[in-house]
Amino acid sequence: MKKILIPITGLSLMVILSVGCNKNISNRTDNTAALSTDNNDLGAGSWKPVFLSRADSFPVAAPDAINSTSYKADLNEIKALQQNLTKDEESKIKYWAAGGVLRWNEIMRDLMAKYNLPTVTNAAGNYPAPDANNPFAYPLFPFTNPPYAGRAYAYVSGAQYDALIACWYYKTKYNQAAPYKNDSSVDAKFINKTDLPSYPSEAAVLAGAAAEMMKLLFPGEIANIQQKATEQEQAAIASGAATRAAVVAGDALGRKVAQLYITRARGDHAGTAGGNPTIWTNFETIAMGLGETPWVSLEVPRRPPMLPLFSKVLPCLFDSATIPTFRPGPPPSTNSEEFKKDADEVYNFIKNPSRENIGIVQYWADGVGTYTPPGHWDAIAAEDFVKKNWSEVRMARNMALLNMAEMDAAIVCWDIKYFYFNPRPTQVNSSIKTLTGIPNFPSYVSGHSMFSGAASTLLSYLVPENAAKYQAMAKEAGMSRLMGGIHYRVDCEVGLQVGNKVGEYAVQRAQADGGN
Amino acid sequence: MKHIKIFKSLTAVVALALMSSQAIAQMPDDAIMLGKKQLCTGFTFMHSQWDHYWEGTLKRENLNMGTVSTQSIMFMGVYGISDKLNVLTSVPYVWTHASAGTLHGMKGFQDLMLDLKWEAISKKLGKGKLSLFAVGGFNTPLSNYEADFQPMSIGMGSTNLSGRITADFQTGIFFATISGAYVWRSNIKIDRTSYYTTELHNTNEVEMPDVINSNLNIGIRKKNLIAEAVLMNMKTLSGFDIRRNDMPFASNQMNSTSIGAHVKYFIPWVTNLELIGGYDYVIDGKDIGLAKNRNVGKSQTFNIGVYYIFSLKK
Repeated sequence: MKKILIPITGLSLMVILSVGCNKNISNRTDNTAALSTDNNDLGAGSWKPVFLSRADSFPVAAPDAINSTSYKADLNEIKALQQNLTKDEESKIKYWAAGGVLRWNEIMRDLMAKYNLPTVTNAAGNYPAPDANNPFAYPLFPFTNPPYAGRAYAYVSGAQYDALIACWYYKTKYNQAAPYKNDSSVDAKFINKTDLPSYPSEAAVLAGAAAEMMKLLFPGEIANIQQKATEQEQAAIASGAATRAAVVAGDALGRKVAQLYITRARGDHAGTAGGNPTIWTNFETIAMGLGETPWVSLEVPRRPPMLPLFSKVLPCLFDSATIPTFRPGPPPSTNSEEFKKDADEVYNFIKNPSRENIGIVQYWADGVGTYTPPGHWDAIAAEDFVKKNWSEVRMARNMALLNMAEMDAAIVCWDIKYFYFNPRPTQVNSSIKTLTGIPNFPSYVSGHSMFSGAASTLLSYLVPENAAKYQAMAKEAGMSRLMGGIHYRVDCEVGLQVGNKVGEYAVQRAQADGGN
Repeated sequence: MKHIKIFKSLTAVVALALMSSQAIAQMPDDAIMLGKKQLCTGFTFMHSQWDHYWEGTLKRENLNMGTVSTQSIMFMGVYGISDKLNVLTSVPYVWTHASAGTLHGMKGFQDLMLDLKWEAISKKLGKGKLSLFAVGGFNTPLSNYEADFQPMSIGMGSTNLSGRITADFQTGIFFATISGAYVWRSNIKIDRTSYYTTELHNTNEVEMPDVINSNLNIGIRKKNLIAEAVLMNMKTLSGFDIRRNDMPFASNQMNSTSIGAHVKYFIPWVTNLELIGGYDYVIDGKDIGLAKNRNVGKSQTFNIGVYYIFSLKK
């Protein structure tokens, strides 16, 4: 009998365990508390916008008075919604209550990861380029590689920031309190009450700006993005934070500001950054003319280099003429002993990698199918920012500063990469196997190092108590590329320094934009 | 181990030889049991490789990986607690390699396997014998290997519990075995802080879908030889497809069907020594009316092993 009991007990235990253990996972920000700002930044209407010329460039009509019929009708809409809130509606209010800037950044990161897939070859063995006019056909538009992503994050964050400056301007101008302050039978549902004037709605400004901007950046996602925008606006109304009128005005304002950014984006030269075969060959010719081994794609078949003319894209924090001033001196000549030693060092890192190093490489890999290094720094920043209880306009400002720094770091980095056109370690020593995918562009300097240097410099300024942490992370992010076998040490060290310099421009802007 | 007494007497040797069909190295999914206080240990070398794989349901090659191979040396031990209850364990050391591209191979000790196999029913049925087995399994990583570097990773990183039912019918030298296991897999933690499946997850925890493994073996089982044709199927109960040109991921829905031939041979003149060999290759499940393959390599797998059987009886 005992013999039978043992296995039966074992099997029963397994059944219990498999039924009892909950495998559901949750995201770190799923239960982020509703925004609770210490300071509403009522002076933000006079902060310095990025591409918006003045806070009142786009007029917003005064709201109807709180004793008007239309305002009362808006209140009735809120009351009716609040009486019949479904669980789903409640969870949407809670989701958006954590902060619209946070949530839109998360939505952006999701899209970046979704679209960050390099094209496969077609039947002829070529790599077709994504087409913005035909985003649903393979290859899907866009391919959100790190430069594309850096630029997209910057434009959405920037449009949201500029639009919120205008929003804050009109909020203080019209000074209309939130519905729950004007009518005691309107609740503040799952949100914290605030003295911040509610017209126009900041939630709707964020939704309108993001949804409009994304039409350009993610033309295949318009329906999904519009749905998110509508959810956010509906949540603002149902929570008692804003009237329909405040939402309509906010949405329109957000979209108008986004239009400025769309015009900017259409003319920023990103559309032609892919170059053409003549341009691709020219980089090789120049490098060979200098007696150097030029970079070649290590993919089979050889893939055209990633966005070789991204250096021509207009930066946000400085003018185009400044771009070449960031260029560091050249890396060791591919013919030199020093270069050989550098490649040997890479080989020694990957020959027998420790588990710790493999983990660091994966932690920072941010390669295919991920939200890219700028997205990784956005995630780090957003989760730290949330703890600061900043107003939406300050949150937007700081995300915009970060993402402009990342976009400009991409522009400067791509300038350096194609100026020197330096081969990857594996190109000169095929026994260097890599612990992550090998990026399809030249080696010097490391993009990760530049993104991380720029981000850590700005974040150290914005959240000084975390400065040591950000700097250690940036250094680790850079060195992870050496540990992974895809960069020489000099790429990482110089990249970090140049990245810091780009970050300084963002700090200078932060010091002068009125937000301090 | 100090009680091991091999060749203690002629009687013992004869007893083992007679039991050879029972004593042949066994797996959780077959219908073979060791007798009480018998111990079977040995090593299997395995080589598996593919140069095509299913990306979702799209079969493709990848010139940037070439042929991806996985090899292992596995120690295996089986002990007869009683004639009806055996405990099985195995410890594999695994290494991977890609013939093209730049991806680094991985190596290390993979997962400890521990199974308790119980022959619940054994009865005559007509001219043959019908046996039913219940197997409880436990599987857990032996090292902190990197599971988030597919397809180069040496394993999936989850701790698994499994429940298996096996039915076997033998008449004369012919037999058929059908077996099915439900594998409950724990979530895993990866080094990254976010990853994309069909949406972005801002966490390092990955939900691992459960798996059903089943097999059908048909062949001959004689005193010192088992030769069988094997049909195996793996069905992952949820999970997602690899996107176009994305890398594979541990929680993909991996569905696979393979056919193969396995031989276990008990060398007549060295009574306690047994050789095993096998060859399996992956076919598309849809070709034989099963679910279409998803997110797996079109592998060919060879294995060869040597086992020794000890009797621990006094």
